[in-house]
Amino acid sequence: MIQTLLITSLILFGIAIAITLIRVIIGPSLPDRVLSLDMIGVQIVSALAIISILLKTKAFLEVILVLAILAFISTISFTKYIERGVIIERKRDN
Amino acid sequence: MKINNVILRTVTKLVVFIILTLAVYLFFAGHNSPGGGFIAGLVLASAFVLLFIVYDMETIKNAIPLDFKKIAALGAFLAVGTGFGAFLFDVPFLTQAFDYFQVPFFGEIELTTVTIFEAGVTLAVVGVVVTIILSISEDV
Repeated sequence: MIQTLLITSLILFGIAIAITLIRVIIGPSLPDRVLSLDMIGVQIVSALAIISILLKTKAFLEVILVLAILAFISTISFTKYIERGVIIERKRDN
Repeated sequence: MKINNVILRTVTKLVVFIILTLAVYLFFAGHNSPGGGFIAGLVLASAFVLLFIVYDMETIKNAIPLDFKKIAALGAFLAVGTGFGAFLFDVPFLTQAFDYFQVPFFGEIELTTVTIFEAGVTLAVVGVVVTIILSISEDV
């Protein structure tokens, strides 16, 4: 029963990632694409958690943490690029 | 035009310590479970990069007055130095040793010389990654 639920949710996550990928490709503006990339990161983290429950292992927990941190930093740098044009400033003005 | 990013700065002050804790955990989890010096160095470098993105280069260089090129050189020296240290005991290059010790309050712990080698790898990775990212961003 639990096994079936987990496999079904993995399939649904695959469909959701595919739909989000369409938004990345046809997204009219840059913020749409950035938001979709962040969403793909969150979906991959959730799918990894389900895989680690399915395989009854703790080996993926570090992967989840590192992937979440990288998704956070990449979203911040994309948004700063959209807002300011530069990612790492030499001297801040405020 | 002034941009107010006080939320981002407040969150970053908290998140940087979580990332540093994860880096220390990954460093000590190596050689038994997933983790190790290289990955700990990459996570540590990502914490520095987050600070450099949210604040600016001048503030962080005042707050952390370290030359990252010298850190990379020190790490490479430490990693190779543990390799040559094996010659003192008449064993092949890069031979590592480990033993179990009784420590009060913690009980039995395992101390290895691999930890010193991994510390060298970590310092080398942090220095190289931060130097690469800073020299790319100074180019703009």
